[in-house]
Amino acid sequence: MTAITSEAAPLLQVRGLKMHFPVTEGMVARRHIGDVKAVDGVDFTIRRGETLGLVGESGCGKTTMGRCILRLEKPTAGEILYDGVDIARLDRRALVALRRRIQVIFQDPYSSLNPRQKVGSIIAEPMRVHGVEPDPNRRAARVHELLSLCGLNPNFADRYPHEMSGGQRQRVGIARALALNPEFIVCDEAVSALDVSIQAQIINLLEDLRDKFNLTYLFIAHDLSVVRHLCQRVAVMYLGRVVELAQCDELFDNPLHPYTRALLAAVPVPDPTVEATRVFQPVMGEVPSPINPPPGCVFHPRCTLAVAECRRTRPELRELRPRHWVACSEVQ
Amino acid sequence: MPPLLEVKDLHTEFRTGAGMVRAVDGVSYTVEPGETVAIVGESGSGKSVGALSLLRLIPDPPGRITQGQVLFDGRDLMTLSPEEMRQVRGGDIGMVFQEPMTSLNPVLTIGRQITETIEQHRGGDVAAAQRRAVELLGLVGIADAERRLKQYPHQLSGGMRQRIMIAIALACGPKLIIADEPTTALDVTIQAQILELMQQLTRRLGVALIIITHNLGVVARYANRVNVMYAGRIVESGSAAALYHTPRHPYTIALLRSVPRLDRPRQARLDPIEGQPPDLTRLDGGCAFRPRCRFAVARCAEAKPALLPAGAAGQFAACYRSNELGALAGEAA
Repeated sequence: MTAITSEAAPLLQVRGLKMHFPVTEGMVARRHIGDVKAVDGVDFTIRRGETLGLVGESGCGKTTMGRCILRLEKPTAGEILYDGVDIARLDRRALVALRRRIQVIFQDPYSSLNPRQKVGSIIAEPMRVHGVEPDPNRRAARVHELLSLCGLNPNFADRYPHEMSGGQRQRVGIARALALNPEFIVCDEAVSALDVSIQAQIINLLEDLRDKFNLTYLFIAHDLSVVRHLCQRVAVMYLGRVVELAQCDELFDNPLHPYTRALLAAVPVPDPTVEATRVFQPVMGEVPSPINPPPGCVFHPRCTLAVAECRRTRPELRELRPRHWVACSEVQ
Repeated sequence: MPPLLEVKDLHTEFRTGAGMVRAVDGVSYTVEPGETVAIVGESGSGKSVGALSLLRLIPDPPGRITQGQVLFDGRDLMTLSPEEMRQVRGGDIGMVFQEPMTSLNPVLTIGRQITETIEQHRGGDVAAAQRRAVELLGLVGIADAERRLKQYPHQLSGGMRQRIMIAIALACGPKLIIADEPTTALDVTIQAQILELMQQLTRRLGVALIIITHNLGVVARYANRVNVMYAGRIVESGSAAALYHTPRHPYTIALLRSVPRLDRPRQARLDPIEGQPPDLTRLDGGCAFRPRCRFAVARCAEAKPALLPAGAAGQFAACYRSNELGALAGEAA
């Protein structure tokens, strides 16, 4: 698996991406008083057929990253090359064409489906918008096909979202994302709102669909155990920057960045015997404001390894082991 | 010594447009002084409604506690007058809720919200309450207490707000704290800080804790005993070690199997619980887990199984086949 993905051409290349949101003051004459640096210089690539996990806590910029790739935001700086074309600079027309190839699955299956639309109409909407399957009968047939593909009875097409459970709604969201036969799907916390017993069903569905249609996923999540299960490579973000990037097994077996280590240590394991023997010291402090991030390494105020140098220089990603990149000047 | 809290056959119902929902359907358990008991379950299992019922915080209508006793420290909370009940809430029993932003009053300072509780329950002068508030903030690890007390909830981060909630819960020296999903809205590193804090404080002060959660890892790290709920009933209870190592109810077994784990090698595929969560308006007389259970037999449709001893000492399961499950689950895996 690893060998294949490493040789495949990159489908997506993100280079030096920055997304800053202006902060203003005053009602009439809005004065620009600063920027929320939601994404502040991010680089990564995703190869065709690969699943890249993007993990981090609230406010680390992982969702903004996904929204930039979908061009729901126009990045402040940097490039997003999708199959060689820079998404960040596309005009409206080219963007519409591109959205047939890139789709999204959102976190909340309650607010991401229109409550006044029947499920069949929700799933058919991308086809109507893009003029795919103009014949209503063939479109209905395609809706039925998508429903059964996602493990739902085709007669669900006549239901409204409120008649369904959370897991079923998320299946509808997935069916809608698949309607245009995309090659790349941004899964933004796609299983986070689901109950444990349903979460496993949806994870399996996402895996089956990936294998069946050779899909490429950007899997944005905060649940590390889900990311480890589903992804081939993982990028850890903190305060708008990628602090560590490696093959999935390498990252979880051998985390190098102090933040990744803290994050992994904080996850309790469902086994009382393991937990009783684990030495555990929660990381101190909280995530600083992205309006005024600390100078140098953004993690230094909470880091146990921090030295004077960390307060001055922002560490760049270095390849400390083969294909294992870490933005920390202290780890070796 | 009698248990600190003894819940006996508690029933809570809600009248909804779709029919009567038995959100809590005959729940009994005990909490010993200083003990941490976890209540685990998924959305709609009745874990939160059960906890709110203990404190008689169920809005009526549509809800109603129809049956049951809640013996706390020798008194039945169900028979207390509203005024006596107000003294219990926030006094002998503290509460910590999931969403610290919505459970704190946005127009009062932090200090006022803490001193209000103290004045309500302990009386005394403003200066004493103020001193106690400073002391409490120190206890929950908030530095610079004098300044923080003058701030409003929106000026604090989520983790900080949850620390304030804990300070309020501890304000009057409670014997029991009920924490309903206290860390679900928080990030994982902050979740760890808050849980560690709660564990340290409850141990140090000898306060019992009921922690309601859906996170199996949190349960494993912090609970002495666990009650697993499904469709308004406790389906299994016992020590954390017994439940995780020798579960005796098919739902517990399936729940533990369905989560990806960081401490084990990656699985090729997850083993989910098939089917949908139960529709509480359409439950029949049989076991509610039956439609999703891989061990179900004809008998499961006839009557709801009672919670009976199974497996290890102090372990109980509500399943007709609980004693065969050790062998059966081994085969299925």
